[in-house]
Amino acid sequence: MAEIFGIPAAALFGQLLLGFINGAFYATLSLGLAVIFGLLNIINFTHGAQYMMGAFVGWMLLTYLGIGYWPALILAPLIVGAIGMIIERTMISRLYKLDHLYGLLLTFGLALIIEGLFRNGYGVSGLAYAIPPQLSGGVNLGFMFLPLYRGWVVVASLVVCLATWFIIEKTRLGAYLRAATENPTLVQAFGINVPLLVTLTYGFGVALAGFAGVLAAPIYAVNPMMGSNLIIVVFAVVVIGGMGSILGAIVTGFSLGLIEGLTKVFYPEAAATVIFIIMAIVLLVKPAGLFGREA
Amino acid sequence: MKVAKLILAAAAAALMSGSALAQEKINVKLGVLNDRSGTYADLSGEGSVVAARMAVEDFKAADKGINVEVISADHQNKPDIGSSIARQWYDQDGVDVILDVPTSSVALAVSEITKEKNKIFINSGAGSSDLTGKACSPNTIHWTYDTWALANGTGSAMVKAGGDSWFFLTADYAFGHALERDTGAVVEKAGGKVLGNVRHPFPGQDFSSFLLQAQGSGAKVIGLANAGADTTNAIKQAAEFGIVQGGQKLAGLLTFVTDVKALGLSTAQGLVLTEAFYWDQNEGTREFSKRFAEKHGGAMPTMVQAGVYASVLHYLKAVEATKGKDAAAVMAKMKETPSDDPLFGKGQVRADGRHIHDMYLFEVKKPEESKGEWDLYKTVATIPAAEAFRPLADGGCSLVN
Repeated sequence: MAEIFGIPAAALFGQLLLGFINGAFYATLSLGLAVIFGLLNIINFTHGAQYMMGAFVGWMLLTYLGIGYWPALILAPLIVGAIGMIIERTMISRLYKLDHLYGLLLTFGLALIIEGLFRNGYGVSGLAYAIPPQLSGGVNLGFMFLPLYRGWVVVASLVVCLATWFIIEKTRLGAYLRAATENPTLVQAFGINVPLLVTLTYGFGVALAGFAGVLAAPIYAVNPMMGSNLIIVVFAVVVIGGMGSILGAIVTGFSLGLIEGLTKVFYPEAAATVIFIIMAIVLLVKPAGLFGREA
Repeated sequence: MKVAKLILAAAAAALMSGSALAQEKINVKLGVLNDRSGTYADLSGEGSVVAARMAVEDFKAADKGINVEVISADHQNKPDIGSSIARQWYDQDGVDVILDVPTSSVALAVSEITKEKNKIFINSGAGSSDLTGKACSPNTIHWTYDTWALANGTGSAMVKAGGDSWFFLTADYAFGHALERDTGAVVEKAGGKVLGNVRHPFPGQDFSSFLLQAQGSGAKVIGLANAGADTTNAIKQAAEFGIVQGGQKLAGLLTFVTDVKALGLSTAQGLVLTEAFYWDQNEGTREFSKRFAEKHGGAMPTMVQAGVYASVLHYLKAVEATKGKDAAAVMAKMKETPSDDPLFGKGQVRADGRHIHDMYLFEVKKPEESKGEWDLYKTVATIPAAEAFRPLADGGCSLVN
């Protein structure tokens, strides 16, 4: 069999595909962060906790109400998004005129509180959430065994990412949004309810985190700490892609997944650090990120 | 006048004997130091405090003239935090015994401090076999399990059952390396081969890449030398990638009953693991576990919590026998008297501080075999106390001549 750098080509393809799947998670999560930062200028440190809430709401719907995976995929993001909007209205909206740091501190504190509450209620061992029957099992691709569910994760994330990009960059609603962040007073003068638009945007960004949470529930342990392990990596993705760049978040998310996947083959010990090394290099060479506009 | 003098003398005598009785009342303070908020909070945490209190009640300490107070604190799995709590407890709060202490790095630090302050440390939660090996201390007892016993139990059983080629998935830090080293040695001694390993970052989230490497190695057994969420995530993802269905077996080298509960039987079924205690073993364990669950939100005790209970009983017996709490005398008594309790059966604290007792090899039940929420294990084998732990001479402990 052909070998590339001493690794059988088939094994390498398998690892690349796995990296791509992880990239799908990075992309969906960093997209939510990018939307919130790009349009609201809020560094949303609660994102990891909201991702965790998505997974937990999915689990609660199943356990307490008997609502399965597919409805949860729609309902959980709506519920988490609604909670996000309440947080935005009652707390975050008071900080728009202040420095970024205040928003960062508030959302970081909220993340700690939310995680603490879930830890108190559900412990730290995690909860079981089964893969939906339609997607259990897998297909043999010749070079690897691909679980159907992982394939679904990639498809679902790609669709959601592209749809988000399309709405914000190509539709009238997206144009309003972008205009409202450039010059809120002027847009308000045209009769558009800017605060409502802002709240909805935050809710949407948070719903994306909740969506990723439900997607993750069947493969990772549903655990109060699941978000805090991931959020730092996702922030690195956003910084590499360029803070606030929608396309940057998507492209960087997927490509970093690939790079991380390759690291896991050639030097597994560095798999957790490779993203931060890239972040450091990008910041040195192009401080605004790969897709960011120079301020 | 004579009568009056007599009464006075009698009264004085009564007073003196009264005060002598009061002096015999022994005040003991036990400190449960463990993880109350992080990864190990479910397997130790408040449950260990509940277990310690139950031991005090079951021993009827108050009726035997021993006043016991149980306090607790969170060491957050950090050696620096654990050390400063231990110092404060010994120096200012009058704590006599520190209990539990999961996380090997914290346990090793607390063991040092306990020796320095000449108090007693009875560990239940930590894994490192160094606690009774080259880092052993005359003031430390290691009650429940250690990495050597886990490696020995699961490793040799798997090889005997035909799993003679291994690939390790190892958490990249001291504990993971130690577990991999100990298990690898057991496997090779039993006639098996170690085909390879992969060190994953700690904590990890996605193990699919490493699992695929393990699958590609063609090893019959994939040994998980990690703990907590890393283990549960790896097992969950192994099921997803059809690794067990493909004929390879998973060996969870440190898997607690709470981990299996979190995974659910459909994912964890068939997993082979070694533990020191399971709630559904006999009348004694069931009776204790039922009472424990009533006090702890319905959760059954883990082996770590059971170890706290049993070790407090053994300690209080020694205090009663020596009529005091002098560390050296109580330690000598605990080592000289065989232990016997409803949870671990008969056992013995060895010269190096290792408590030996039977260990058990369990297999996780299939969903259709389980009759209840906590009906998770079936016993595959009992490893007798004499074989379950590292031989006294091999540990390199300075207390062993």
